[in-house]
Amino acid sequence: MIHIRQLHKSYHTEAISLHVLKGISLDIEAGEYVAVTGASGSGKSTLLNILGILDTYDAGDYHLNGTLIKNMSEREAAKFRNEMIGFVFQSFNLIHFKNALENVALPLYYKKVGRKKRNIIAMELLDKMGLKDWAHHMPNELSGGQKQRVAIARAMISGPKIILADEPTGALDSKTTIEVMDVLTNLNSEGITTIIVTHEKSVSDATNRIIHLKDGMIEYETRKNNGVHDTIPHVNMQSV
Amino acid sequence: MIDQFQEILDTLKKNKLRTTLTGLSVSWGIFILIVLLGAGNGLKNGVTQNFSSRAVNRINLWSGNTSMPHNGLKSGRQLTFTEDEVSAISNQVEASRLITARYNTNQTISYGTEYGSYGFRGVMPSYYDIEKLTIPPGKGRFINEMDMKEKNKVIVLDQKIADVLFKNEDPLGKIVRAGQVMFKVVGINTKKEQWEGSNAYIPFSTAQAIYNPKHKFGQITFTVEGLTTKAQNDRFNESLRRMMGQRLNFNPEDQQALYIWNAQSEYVETMKIFDGITLFVTIIGILTLIAGIVGVSNIMLVSVKERTREIGIRKAIGATPLAILQTIILESIFITTLFGYIGMMLGIGLTELINYFMVQAANGKPVTDERQMSIFTNPTVDIGYALFATIILIIAGVIAGYLPARKAVRVQPIEAMRQE
Repeated sequence: MIHIRQLHKSYHTEAISLHVLKGISLDIEAGEYVAVTGASGSGKSTLLNILGILDTYDAGDYHLNGTLIKNMSEREAAKFRNEMIGFVFQSFNLIHFKNALENVALPLYYKKVGRKKRNIIAMELLDKMGLKDWAHHMPNELSGGQKQRVAIARAMISGPKIILADEPTGALDSKTTIEVMDVLTNLNSEGITTIIVTHEKSVSDATNRIIHLKDGMIEYETRKNNGVHDTIPHVNMQSV
Repeated sequence: MIDQFQEILDTLKKNKLRTTLTGLSVSWGIFILIVLLGAGNGLKNGVTQNFSSRAVNRINLWSGNTSMPHNGLKSGRQLTFTEDEVSAISNQVEASRLITARYNTNQTISYGTEYGSYGFRGVMPSYYDIEKLTIPPGKGRFINEMDMKEKNKVIVLDQKIADVLFKNEDPLGKIVRAGQVMFKVVGINTKKEQWEGSNAYIPFSTAQAIYNPKHKFGQITFTVEGLTTKAQNDRFNESLRRMMGQRLNFNPEDQQALYIWNAQSEYVETMKIFDGITLFVTIIGILTLIAGIVGVSNIMLVSVKERTREIGIRKAIGATPLAILQTIILESIFITTLFGYIGMMLGIGLTELINYFMVQAANGKPVTDERQMSIFTNPTVDIGYALFATIILIIAGVIAGYLPARKAVRVQPIEAMRQE
């Protein structure tokens, strides 16, 4: 599903040039449950943004579902984001002047689904998230956990193949973290490829595969075996 | 399309403060523009009206007393016109058009027990157009050529005289007495006198026969055409003085022998000021329009910039740049059109209201013999200009919304979402 070869990304400011991703190669198959971990500045969020076509990369190749994601027009990128990918952010990124239902339904507006139909679908999803009674509340009236569940419902609504979550529990307490992780784990069990950027061990332990970054490169990977993560050496496929 | 419109309305409704502020700035810009244009127009109309109460191309001749000896005649002679001068002017002066001789006197005019002393003028039919008198339908007619030929004893009264003499009676066809002579009322002039008291008008030929056996009179008024510059008018005055000097036997240098009031010359001079006013109004209009454009653009710019993060979020969930641009532009059009229309209506409303009160004040004022001049008349704006200005501001608002929006949709979504 996701095939990355020798991915490089640098950020340039007037003062400095920052080489964030230094040749990452990675394959993630459909239905995988993956955590990307690493210290701050290791490049994990950048990697996720590139996977989600929210950002561009400088060198290398990125194939998503067989399509090379490079020099893509904004219009094509929008179609991918709308239909293939669902995003969950640490800061929720809900639109503040829309209520929970409208936030969840918004992706379907861009998919040109009628208002009535998209509200019905959005309501079903909110119900599934246990937020039916909160549908008409504004984001600032919701708790952190509720906001994140609204955001997950929004990510789900157009039936994505992949969920990309950037520190989805970063702003939540431990109890709410468990709730949100249960939701994400359930989604993965329904067959949706789920990739979570996190620095919380409880979160990464919930996934089946951990990709650990250090200084813009993959330091190691672990895979869950009988409920325990086994470290496997990562081949930095420089020659491939 | 309906869905898109609903989405836009929704966004505008839920961002009431932003919508209202943007809208107010648009309304205010257009409102001020129209009020200022209206004020300028009022000034312009006021000046124009002060001239248009009489024919502007009018030349008045008064005969005077000579102050220089001429051709062996001593100074101090009183000069008068005869009808020969009238025909000489109309035949020999190329620029002359309408002409009337004027025999002015005062008479006590009475009807039944009512009477009053009024200006009494023997005039020719052209007088009506030269002085721009007004006889509305149902108020009879002015003196005509037949009256002149037959020396008819007919009289046209100013409305004020008719009001005094006839109270509620219809004056038309009634007989009034002027001195010892009876006249039939044939018309009522409803134009308000700005300069002089009320007058009654009779055919010049009748006046000559009854009141002026010597057939000499002191005033001729005529209109001219084609004298557009001050120099032309000065030359014309000079040649007129020479011609009359020859006919009446006075030294053309003798300023007191003949008074010439060339309203056209005055008009030409004032037109220069008038052009200045027009320029002034135009500059005010353009500057206000620019101020409006800057104001509207600024608020649109800020309002779109404020939404960069929202644009990033919308892109992340699959909005195409086109969809976002469309939304923002439609919002701009909606706000500027709606509030622009409101501002335009308020502006037009205010100028019309001022106009209404000014007309009321003018009508309510008792008619006096004073000059009723106003420097400020009908301060309204042509609807075409108002629409034009509104449309310009709408276009400016849309462009000002479009540019930052285009920039915002080009930014990578992750960048846009980092904006606060």
